[in-house]
Amino acid sequence: MTALLQPRAAPTRVLPGFGLTLGFTIFYLALIVLIPLSAVFLKTFTMTWDAFWSAVTSARVMASYRLTFGASLIAAVLNVIFGGIVAWVLVRYKFPGKRFIDALVDLPFALPTAVAGITLTALYSTNGWIGQYLEQAGIKVAFTPLGVVVALTFIGLPFVVRTVQPVLEDAERELEEAAASLGATPWQTFWRVILPNLVPALLTGFALAFARATGEYGSVIFIAGNMPMVSEITPLFIITKLEQYDYAGATAIAVVMLIVSFILLLTINLLQAWTRKRAGKG
Amino acid sequence: MSAVTDLPAKPVPRTRAAPTNALEPAWIKYVLVTIALAFLTLFLFVPLVAVFAEALKKGWDVYVESILEPDAISAIKLTLIAAVISVPLNLVFGVCAAWAIAKFEFRGKSILLTLIDLPFSVSPVISGLIYVLMFGAQGWIGPWLQEHDIKILFAVPGIVLATVFITFPFVARELIPLMQAQGSEEEEAGLVLGASGWQIFFRVTLPNIKWGLLYGVILCNARAMGEFGAVSVVSGHIRGETNTMPLQVEILYNEYNFTAAFAIASLLALLALVTLAIKSVIEWRLHQSGDTAADEAALMPVPHAVAHPVRSTV
Repeated sequence: MTALLQPRAAPTRVLPGFGLTLGFTIFYLALIVLIPLSAVFLKTFTMTWDAFWSAVTSARVMASYRLTFGASLIAAVLNVIFGGIVAWVLVRYKFPGKRFIDALVDLPFALPTAVAGITLTALYSTNGWIGQYLEQAGIKVAFTPLGVVVALTFIGLPFVVRTVQPVLEDAERELEEAAASLGATPWQTFWRVILPNLVPALLTGFALAFARATGEYGSVIFIAGNMPMVSEITPLFIITKLEQYDYAGATAIAVVMLIVSFILLLTINLLQAWTRKRAGKG
Repeated sequence: MSAVTDLPAKPVPRTRAAPTNALEPAWIKYVLVTIALAFLTLFLFVPLVAVFAEALKKGWDVYVESILEPDAISAIKLTLIAAVISVPLNLVFGVCAAWAIAKFEFRGKSILLTLIDLPFSVSPVISGLIYVLMFGAQGWIGPWLQEHDIKILFAVPGIVLATVFITFPFVARELIPLMQAQGSEEEEAGLVLGASGWQIFFRVTLPNIKWGLLYGVILCNARAMGEFGAVSVVSGHIRGETNTMPLQVEILYNEYNFTAAFAIASLLALLALVTLAIKSVIEWRLHQSGDTAADEAALMPVPHAVAHPVRSTV
């Protein structure tokens, strides 16, 4: 009866401010993000296909893709291994300084990338704190592709830790105890019970670290040495093109990087949905 | 794996193992803790200490001198200006977006969430490039701007715009899951009791989200002050005019003036440490408040910083 008397407003829109807040959100989003981003795509439409293709497949840019994606891949793998161990240690064990360490894991998020860049370079150059020992072992890190891997590992460090940590906290220890009581060795328990539960979170962390690494600029350019064909990352190459006033060339490479980023964003969203589903089931 | 047996056979009495880790031998714990600490030492502690060690290498006086140098002061000022403009803008946006998304149902919400996240997944260099394409001499409105003698690129407005773009999602990303988890019952109660929209927001919603809001603001601020790549593209690197602190660090470093570069870098590192400290306090407060749904909502998006993806589409 009363329902008949009320105007047919959707029950979810009782609160005021829908039009204002959504309107402003979309306006601001369009102004700051969507219109400027569309400039990249529109700029490439002014190029012929051949010009575009040769800009994004020149030998120098191909070498930069290999370095950027190769180093990002290695760094993300390192972060899955060590980040996984760090998350495990932080969740499962008690040791002095744990809370401090837990807070410090986010340092690579909070530390400006230029600071990370010059610091890692100072540490790993031949007379640096770490570099001098590596030098004796015949390993050169600063100003080589290896330096790129070090910088990207630093940058991606928190991602795996912070995606695995909550999943481990929610994991049911009973399952592990059950496995053990059924005669599983710790190794079997790890492979058959713990790890499968962590796979979605590990993959999400991997994808986040990888995505961040492919676009990274500030921390890498100091330590990389930036030699064309050897240690030049793609974002730097975009800047080089810009400094030569080759706007179209810079934009073409940017479009390739943007498309990769969008694919990664989509993958990450799907992985996160999977993580949530797994967690929900548990 | 079987290398386990190679370890010195120190008998591990089963009954002594901690109850929570009853399933694994103690040596695994020590090995894992050692690996984790070694990794973190190498990649976190040593770099952090190195920033300050390098900055103070030539003594306190040189350090203070490097920071008080006029170009350094103007870089600090510009960094503060960029943050003071971009953080409030993104704060207002974040609150609006969170109100619209968390309190109402509408079509296309998940697309909107993805679009809000876009700036996280774009390389900083490209974030700068897009503004060059718009405002540069060859850009969309570059010629018009030149005619009217308005400088955006290679000037302060360009730096602010790039900073706004880079820090765009921070507050929204923090508030949306928090407000979704809290629901709208309290606001609806306020409405029934006759409160206006603004009264509901300031008296009901704001007290509920204040910690999450602060959390988003400090992260937004840290990124705004520390952004390098995007700002580098639009700045033009004019000394004393369009250099922010991170850009000043780069210039000094490239001039082999390492001590001065690390002196400014140490200020940014301090900012990072203060940010982490405040963040830890807020997380602790959220824990204390016992609101588990809100607590989880605020803590979960911790990898917030860079590529934080869509968490909830309802």
